[in-house]
Amino acid sequence: MSATTIDASRPLPAADKQGTVSDPERLSRALESFLADFGATAALYLEACVHCGQCAEACHYYVQTGDPKYTPIWKIEPFKQAYKRLMGPFSPFYRLFGLKKAVTTGELERWQELIYDSCTMCGRCTLVCPMGIDIPFLVLAARHGMQAAGLVPHDLWEATDRAEREGSPLGATRQVLKERLAWLADENAVEIPLDREQADVLVTVSSIEVMKYPQSIVALARVMKHIGASWTFRSDGYEATNFGMLAGDRKGQKDATMRLVNAAVAIRANTVILPECGHAYQAFRWAGANIYGKPLPFRALHISEFLAEEIGAGRLKLKTDSRSMTFHDPCQIARRGGVVEAPRVVFRALGADLREMNANPSLNWCCGGGGGVVSIHRADALRHRVFHLKMQQVEDTGADLLVSSCSNCRLTFDDGQAYFHWDKTAHSLLELVAGNLAEKH
Amino acid sequence: MSGASLLTFARGPAFEVALAMLIFGMVWRLVGILALRRSRDYSEGRKTAGWVSGLRVIFSRSWPQAEFRERVLHWDIVSYLFHLGYAVAILGYLPHILLIRNLTGLRWPGLPGGAIAFAAGIAAASLLALLGHRLTSPVLRKLSNFDDYFSWFIAFVPLITGLMAYYNIGDSYQMVLGLHILSGDILFAWLPFGKLMHVILFAFSRGKTGAVYGRRGAAI
Ligand code: SF4
Ligand code: SF4
Repeated sequence: MSATTIDASRPLPAADKQGTVSDPERLSRALESFLADFGATAALYLEACVHCGQCAEACHYYVQTGDPKYTPIWKIEPFKQAYKRLMGPFSPFYRLFGLKKAVTTGELERWQELIYDSCTMCGRCTLVCPMGIDIPFLVLAARHGMQAAGLVPHDLWEATDRAEREGSPLGATRQVLKERLAWLADENAVEIPLDREQADVLVTVSSIEVMKYPQSIVALARVMKHIGASWTFRSDGYEATNFGMLAGDRKGQKDATMRLVNAAVAIRANTVILPECGHAYQAFRWAGANIYGKPLPFRALHISEFLAEEIGAGRLKLKTDSRSMTFHDPCQIARRGGVVEAPRVVFRALGADLREMNANPSLNWCCGGGGGVVSIHRADALRHRVFHLKMQQVEDTGADLLVSSCSNCRLTFDDGQAYFHWDKTAHSLLELVAGNLAEKH
Repeated sequence: MSGASLLTFARGPAFEVALAMLIFGMVWRLVGILALRRSRDYSEGRKTAGWVSGLRVIFSRSWPQAEFRERVLHWDIVSYLFHLGYAVAILGYLPHILLIRNLTGLRWPGLPGGAIAFAAGIAAASLLALLGHRLTSPVLRKLSNFDDYFSWFIAFVPLITGLMAYYNIGDSYQMVLGLHILSGDILFAWLPFGKLMHVILFAFSRGKTGAVYGRRGAAI
């Protein structure tokens, strides 16, 4: 194992390094994790790259800065390097002739900002790569190794650690949830069931909503009452954000997922509704069953899918809101999640004047806050630069109202709005619906 | 080595070794990749047949989507000129066709020599342009490694020697032809070991992503 070579020009603060293990130990943990992720899919992607550089042209970080280090495939270079040296079909030659240098801890430390701060895992690069390489898949694998090595940006690590200990990354503990729900129910004269023993629908929440956008929860309760659903929150499984996944913490990811699965199974739910949160959808809808190890015994729907379904079934009736609106498709829900039509069903039901962005929904710009990036504060300046692209895209629509269906995007929009003194606020699709429920006779 | 003996060597033992390396290398690399662990996807697909989308993406990814064209289409076109010129020169030239017929029994009509020279000229010019791009673009300079330059060189030499042989440039025709065939041998032998293997791998990686996104119902 080689010694650490820290880039002296830009030392990373110790807080971005967890634990007290030695550097060689960190390295071996990272490599062990990398090895576990070198399956056929990762290998295929790593082998197929032709170094054409086109992925850079799709990535908001490169587009906004022109800095080549933000080229998507470059962000996972140590992972690729380790693969070529340890696992690829010609790895014995690489090692024998020293054709690929061994990865070092210093290298991993230097890559931390590329693997975390400057990738929202938005997947836009996947859509341009002529080889069809899914970069976010590789970034996630690289993060597993970084987490194993204890090389996670401290704020992201703290949120993950908190989620693991308290059940929520933002302090929305069971107790806080209970109090919040009781208070919201009281304040808004709406019933918010908690811990029912049986319900058809388990609703989940993002702690961003609990702490920052509690009206979302009220909105959900109103919608559920309107359609007459059998539903409940569960204090043993409510938090849908999955910071474990974002940080690369397999165990944290699994625990967060299993809390929801177990709660849903316990109440014999046939549907789990995921909140307005992009990565929560990705983590549960697409990764959930794989963590569970078998198909989920219920449906997992994003709230926008649920709303569209209820509109389709005629149970959810809306008043007209004909304002001009544009919709920001959260990357993990639309581009990488496949939910594009559902929110548009809602806009049609509202009779809204929907002004689509200049890119098709699967190619629109990321808000810049996904992948855990919004919680990494040293990345704020960079995040604001990429936010500018999004802001322009929204402005170009000329719509009066900006709507989205992810509270993490919303947080990012709020922050960007304040930073740029922008006159647009991102609104929640769910809250828009709840504010336009038709009277039922 | 005289031109005649070089020619004999390039056509004989060198060609056989190259062919063996080509086949063995491709199989080795493909098996080395595909035999690795694959995890089953238990999520409930929105569209059950992800492979349909996988198959589609193998073709559809050959041209950039409208949103990206402004930033990438020009280099895609140069790259296409190279690939098409190269393919025409390899598959349209009568002596090459005869070689393939001897090996496989397959045959098709050839193109006139002038057309082949034109295609090869286009391929060579675009390859030079791509090298220029690689050497000057900050992104490509960062990404490029030995394989990128070596593979470029290995692909370029057969074009140049082929054109030289066709126009009878150089002192000894036999020597030039011998070099051309030898460079072709080297191209075959090297193909499975570096980035040139993308001629096979592109279909697998496009197909994989197409299938994953397809079953999620995501546009790809
Ligand atoms: S996933 Fe998004 S942020 Fe990450 S490299 Fe690709 S385009 Fe850039
Ligand atoms: S676009 Fe794809 S093939 Fe080209 S450099 Fe990026 S990852 Fe590699």
